[in-house]
Amino acid sequence: MRDRLIFTGQLIFTLLVAAFLVVPAGLSISAGVTVNYFRGIQSGVTLQWVAQVWDLYAGTILLSFVIAFATLAVTLLAGVPAAYALHTRGGPLARIVEEIITLPLAIPGLAIALALLLAYGSFGGFRRSWLFILVGHVIFTMPFMVRSVMAVFATVDVKTLDEGAASLGASPWRRFCDVIVPNALPGILAGALMVVTLSLGEFNLTWMLHTPLTKTLPIGLADSYASMRLEVASAYTLIFFVMIIPLLVAMQLLADRDHKR
Amino acid sequence: MSQKSFVWFCLLPLAVVTTAFFLLPMARLVVAGAEGPHGLAGYLAILTEGRYRATLINTVLLAAATTVVTLIVATIAGMFLQRHRFPGRAVLIAMLTFPLAFPGVVVGFMIILLAGRQGLIGDLSNRIFGEKFVFAYSIYGLFLGYLYFSIPRVILTIMAAVQKLDIGLEEAARSLGASPWAVQRDVVLPALAPAFVASGAIAFATAMGAFGTAFTLATNIDVLPMLIYTEFTLAANFATSAALSVGLGLITWLILALARTFSGSAVAAAG
Repeated sequence: MRDRLIFTGQLIFTLLVAAFLVVPAGLSISAGVTVNYFRGIQSGVTLQWVAQVWDLYAGTILLSFVIAFATLAVTLLAGVPAAYALHTRGGPLARIVEEIITLPLAIPGLAIALALLLAYGSFGGFRRSWLFILVGHVIFTMPFMVRSVMAVFATVDVKTLDEGAASLGASPWRRFCDVIVPNALPGILAGALMVVTLSLGEFNLTWMLHTPLTKTLPIGLADSYASMRLEVASAYTLIFFVMIIPLLVAMQLLADRDHKR
Repeated sequence: MSQKSFVWFCLLPLAVVTTAFFLLPMARLVVAGAEGPHGLAGYLAILTEGRYRATLINTVLLAAATTVVTLIVATIAGMFLQRHRFPGRAVLIAMLTFPLAFPGVVVGFMIILLAGRQGLIGDLSNRIFGEKFVFAYSIYGLFLGYLYFSIPRVILTIMAAVQKLDIGLEEAARSLGASPWAVQRDVVLPALAPAFVASGAIAFATAMGAFGTAFTLATNIDVLPMLIYTEFTLAANFATSAALSVGLGLITWLILALARTFSGSAVAAAG
């Protein structure tokens, strides 16, 4: 009896917490397709707000994808070889390097953005291009790629595989492409999903680094929250959810698969 | 190419990117903080000048409140979800963790939908009490936003920690006559301490430095990131904003580093 009571109490509490998180998201989705939110869903269901968002903000959505995939490309090219180097070399130097590239997770994005502005703000062409935002996203997401790949190296015995291939006469470059990368694939995939998800949603750095001509999706969101009617802001948020949820599901599936192995 | 030089070669792209776009700019930021009219003393302004000190205290209190409430809520819910199996459990966990990928701006909008001028809470309170409760644009709205942001992260850490608990210890305590409450207090909660420290530090550091939620809710909430932002963009006070952000970065980094030495696990803030 007593256990039953405790169970019910905890269940109700947990349901309330879930409601706190889910109800506003639900409100936002319904507001995005409602003709008039003030009058409620009875006023009718429409896609006019989604269409309006597309007219106004399609450019921001496109630029966000360009930056996310460019960020992914840079973190792959720089992060995967670095993870391999840090793993094989080991020692205090590798630890210091890992510590330094992880710092952007501990320092607020606002501070990193100010640093970039003070250092490179006077290089007009660079400052005005989307590459300026790309640089911020690369710094912010790099640790996720490097650590995700290093986590795989810690479980697979890469060293033995690498030495085996070396004893058979394979060159370092060949071994990296044919032995290291295939073995690191689960970590690369997990890191890639994380990098793209984070880049698509990044605001703290991007707000400081953007210009009127280089607006990304979260910048557009903030803009619509401040100046558009609630239905348009909600429809825009709805588009963001639709973009981000498949990435989250893929991440979860990947984690489950790793868990089962 | 020898193996040794190949390893160095592998490290080169990362070293170039990190040096050019992180280490050099951060060094520039630290120098800029001392370039104001007061020189190095600009760094002390965060403590000596009344307005900045008040904002700092405000921010720390808000972050501390967020941390404590998040830990309590996430421990009750996380323990429950990890210890019981019932239909719908997976859906409930999914609901509690899906806001993980929401950026701060979106969290701010969620709070506006809950407690804003056209929000659900105002609507309900209007029907019940005949008065509209609107608090999204105040520090209470920001507090709610940080809870929204932190709860999913902390629940995941707590659930993982509860899973690793040795249930035999609790059974032993119970067989020795300890009441359920005493088991929780003396066995379960102490065993979860490292998870509390690790996830609490993340919640605290994130609440200290988060900018998106405060930016969406209002530009006049008195917290450190908003102060840095207004000093930089509106007052064009580069030296002060640089000194303040170096101070903020030091605080968040220090908290996470301390938590890491205590709990022994990787700890990082999120944005």
